Amino acid sequence: MSGVRRLLGETLVPAATLVLALLAWEAATWAFRIPRFIMPPPSAILGEGWEWRYRFIEHTWVTLYETLGGFALSMVVGVPLAVLIVYSPRLRGAIYPLIVLTQSVPKIAIAPVLLLVLGFGEIPKMVVAFLVAFFPVVVDTATGLGATPPELLDLSRSYRASALKTFLKVRLPMALPFIFAGAKVAITLSVIGAVVGEFVGSDKGLGYVILSSTSYWKTEVAFSAMILLSLMAIALFAAVSLVERLVCPWLATDEG
Amino acid sequence: MIRLQEVAKTYRTRTGEQVHALAETTLEIGENEFVTLVGPSGCGKSTLLKLVAGLVPVTRGHIRVREQPVTGPFPDVGFVFQQPVLLPWRTVMDNVLFSVEMLGLDPRQYRKPAGDLLELTGLGGFETKYPRELSGGMQQRVAICRALLPDPGLLLMDEPFGALDAMTREEMSLELLRIWEERRKTILFVTHSIPEAILLADRVMVMSPRPGRVARVLTVDLPRPRTMDLEFDPRFKAYSDEIRGLIFSRRKERP
Repeated sequence: MSGVRRLLGETLVPAATLVLALLAWEAATWAFRIPRFIMPPPSAILGEGWEWRYRFIEHTWVTLYETLGGFALSMVVGVPLAVLIVYSPRLRGAIYPLIVLTQSVPKIAIAPVLLLVLGFGEIPKMVVAFLVAFFPVVVDTATGLGATPPELLDLSRSYRASALKTFLKVRLPMALPFIFAGAKVAITLSVIGAVVGEFVGSDKGLGYVILSSTSYWKTEVAFSAMILLSLMAIALFAAVSLVERLVCPWLATDEG
Repeated sequence: MIRLQEVAKTYRTRTGEQVHALAETTLEIGENEFVTLVGPSGCGKSTLLKLVAGLVPVTRGHIRVREQPVTGPFPDVGFVFQQPVLLPWRTVMDNVLFSVEMLGLDPRQYRKPAGDLLELTGLGGFETKYPRELSGGMQQRVAICRALLPDPGLLLMDEPFGALDAMTREEMSLELLRIWEERRKTILFVTHSIPEAILLADRVMVMSPRPGRVARVLTVDLPRPRTMDLEFDPRFKAYSDEIRGLIFSRRKERP
């Protein structure tokens, strides 16, 4: 009985709220005769989106590819960078200000320059996504590597274990939950970065679709692309969470 | 087994101030002796343990363990801290095996002795559980098993039962004594609890702060095996009063 009630509370109530909101939206666009190019009703968004389904597959794929590329770069660069920062105070002094500097420049401002330097195609979008996404990876990984209880480090030292062994068997696994926290932020930021890159200059991708369709007053298509983007971000976030659960099964019961 | 000769430890804080964690201390601890260190916070108890383990260098003086000068960490030591600090991603068995792994030994050859230790500490059947599935007392038992597995000659315990509730604490003290009767080793045990210090020890070292030093060494002349009933023994009370007097009289000296 309580299971049924929980199901009601956790799925049915939000779902019903969403349906009601969509119905209200639909009704409002008809009742107030809002032009479709300003605010299309949900039915038109769905209809037009369905019309575009084959073209959307390609654009979604491009954006997904750029996002995953940027995310992979931010992990491959971010985690080792954090390790360097934690293990070498001198490198910390050298690198940290630079990292903060890259964060202080608005990414949307770097994007045109990057595209100018790196040219057209997916690579510059990946680089923009990487620039947006790698900072939380570095910060969270560094925090995680510093979160090992000092007693465990004393213990490893008293057993005369090498620094590498202590890193692999103690510090890195201890940092994993933090690294995944950074990865979850990074994956959603990568989507934003890829779209920002596409806004600046592209002929493919969901960001490009939003930009081009709005300039042709095809607002429904832009809305469809937005929905696809958020679905993609949700799916990617869920995928990272799933990997986290597989890699860190000992955290599973802490969450639920 | 352990010999400290005029050992002193001074830390320098970030602001450049000198902190005398431990003033010139000379003491000797025999093979298989159970020694407790008792005293208020900041009297250098934990520093003393770390110095003996070779985790921090001495500022002055010499430490010798089994006639060997201590210049850095040496493998014949087991450590138990106030927190169990287990690895949450490892099962109970793998947590116990952690010590031999870090020592560079083959953990497969230690599964049997690790199982025996878990049996001895009442954790038989919990080998495949994860730390979060255990109570605080059970986790601390796993930490003790981990320290005992390489069979070190010296066990250093830094307030190992300080985070446990009073009932579990008494239970664990008696259990530690039982383990120690079965597997004799030299134990240096830091505690805030005066009754715990007396119950466990062959000798109690009463320490005083600022600078940290050993104020008095008491030989506890009470029969073993010991039980909680000992607390009603008049001699127990006499020791307890003496230690309390040493700690509190010093407090009154200061304004």
